[in-house]
Amino acid sequence: MELKEKLLSSFMAFEERIDVHSELHDVRTAAIKNFENKGFPTKKEESWKYTSLNAILKNDFSVFPKTENAIQYSDVKKYFLHEIDTYKVVFVDGVFSSHLSSTTHDGIDVCLMSSALNKPKYKMIIDTYFNKIASKEESLTSLNTAFANEGAYINIPKSKVADKPIEIMYFSTGSETAILVQPRNLVIVGENSHVQIIERHQSLNENPVLTNSVTEIFAQKRAIVDYYKIQNDNLEANLIDNTYVSQKQESHVSVHTFSFGGNLTRNNLNFYHFGERLTSTLNGITIIGESQHVDHYTLVNHATPNCESFQDYKGIFTDRSTGVFNGKVYVEREAQKTNAFQKSNNILLSDKATINAKPQLEIFADDVKCSHGCTIGQLDETAMFYMQQRGIPKKEAKALLMYAFSNAVIENIKIPELKQRITTIIANKLGVKIGFDL
Amino acid sequence: MLSIKNLHASIGDKEILKGINLQVNAGEVHAIMGPNGAGKSTLSAIIAGNENYEVTEGEIFLDGEDLADLAPEERAHKGVFLSFQYPVEIPGVSVTNFMRTAINETRKANGQEEMPANEMLKVIREKSELLEIDRKFLSRSLNEGFSGGEKKRNEIFQMAMLDPKLAILDETDSGLDIDALRIVANGVNKLKSDKNAVIVITHYQRLLDYIVPDFVHVLHNGKIVKSGGAELAHELEEKGYDWIKGEN
Repeated sequence: MELKEKLLSSFMAFEERIDVHSELHDVRTAAIKNFENKGFPTKKEESWKYTSLNAILKNDFSVFPKTENAIQYSDVKKYFLHEIDTYKVVFVDGVFSSHLSSTTHDGIDVCLMSSALNKPKYKMIIDTYFNKIASKEESLTSLNTAFANEGAYINIPKSKVADKPIEIMYFSTGSETAILVQPRNLVIVGENSHVQIIERHQSLNENPVLTNSVTEIFAQKRAIVDYYKIQNDNLEANLIDNTYVSQKQESHVSVHTFSFGGNLTRNNLNFYHFGERLTSTLNGITIIGESQHVDHYTLVNHATPNCESFQDYKGIFTDRSTGVFNGKVYVEREAQKTNAFQKSNNILLSDKATINAKPQLEIFADDVKCSHGCTIGQLDETAMFYMQQRGIPKKEAKALLMYAFSNAVIENIKIPELKQRITTIIANKLGVKIGFDL
Repeated sequence: MLSIKNLHASIGDKEILKGINLQVNAGEVHAIMGPNGAGKSTLSAIIAGNENYEVTEGEIFLDGEDLADLAPEERAHKGVFLSFQYPVEIPGVSVTNFMRTAINETRKANGQEEMPANEMLKVIREKSELLEIDRKFLSRSLNEGFSGGEKKRNEIFQMAMLDPKLAILDETDSGLDIDALRIVANGVNKLKSDKNAVIVITHYQRLLDYIVPDFVHVLHNGKIVKSGGAELAHELEEKGYDWIKGEN
């Protein structure tokens, strides 16, 4: 059976387990219909021109993993930011793992989507926010919405600073041959509140995984949200990340995406503006090799005046790896005095690596500052010679240059331990150990 | 120490060096002067092992060892230092960390242990004082946002840290004001010993008032057309390069 058919019949099985008389069920039904009509995206669609899911969809994915696999914290400690204390919302094959997690309801809610969706006390919040900013048109988001049942639910009320970073972790053990997981996260950050979130998907063995994740982020007035996505999974793992951000006035939302691992990664990152004088930041570092593929598809929708957006994506590609950067900035007629900047800098380290960079600016206001710049280059030979001349061997010199190249994005990481972790991952990725902590 | 024999080199199809012969002994300071395009920077890049140039004929020996097959870092490990005319900016890597990496890679290549952290700090303090470098400067990203003078001073600081056998200063005086020139020259003079050698590459005689050469060579059209003592630099300054061009 084709995966699409399998999913459609799985939805019927899913319905037997859930309350079909709720409004939520109407949302799910509409979503599965949209998916049924549109199916999986293909390269014929402009927005999927450079990314094909065909090979992945041939896997016989199990849609509802059967049991929770017991994982010891000691086995997976290295994937957490264990140097500091954090809240943790951890899932194993899509199922919440209470013993790996550290949730809270003390002043802030860091807990489970399943509770929020099913418990009456959250109903008003779910009615207000769930699936409100996520696309109802995009078929993969709809597929996720149809099955949305588990993930992280984070609600920071007005004027609260989350006292420690929150880690959202999805492990897949793939005890079944191949699994499809569809996490659904909802993050609501109240007026004047501040939160730092780290999201990671990690497969613990070699079985194929397809993750189709949807995250909705709502930033109220003057809220500050720093969101970090660490994508350093093994080469059998595939990730489609759909993130939707809704911002109110004077809020600051930054999403930093670090793509180092995985077989195929597609990041759909969408920002929508609903207030003035707000700032959106989209940063990314991509370092991939072999036949890895990473596709960043970003949208910033400037709908209100006096807002700013900054996009800065760095990509380093070796072997036969392929990258895509498609950055769309849409400035509506009302959005006067918009400042929108976009940068995509790429280095190709091999003749067989490719990058498709496509900036798209659609501007309907007349008093705006918008810029975009895409560069694709090779390693700076003069800089290499300079470092080698000082006694630094080629491999280490190359690593230092790569590090220098990504530095502007690294410098933006607000959690020092995370910054250290990212630089360590980069050093490992580049296969070097140099005289100081890279 | 350095012995260059009949060196021919080209970039692409263009022959730039057309038979250079040069002997530099320990304890000596040599100046190589010449008009723009004479091949001065090419010569220094080739000694340091820049692979953009092709050596088509001739040899370069350092203490009797043929350098032909050695990568730039291997030459550096054997004590060759080139002060760049245009030092490269490396964002995110501090001067200190860069130096630590360079020194420890060199020590590793020479079979030595890494330099202990406290010793490293001591050397850094010593050498930065010698070049009148502010300590704050050392935690800044290498060459990023440095003025022309700061970059050159930083090059000589690195030279001091690495303590090379053979230092080649490529147009170190360009972009320096008179105070920076004095500091840089003073640094070089203090580092000079009977065990190392310095090659100063310059267009002007100015720097040679501070770093007094034992020998001056005039490079023109890919060849050394005249060699002499320090007085040759003054003669050149007076008569201009047309004098050389006219004779050859």
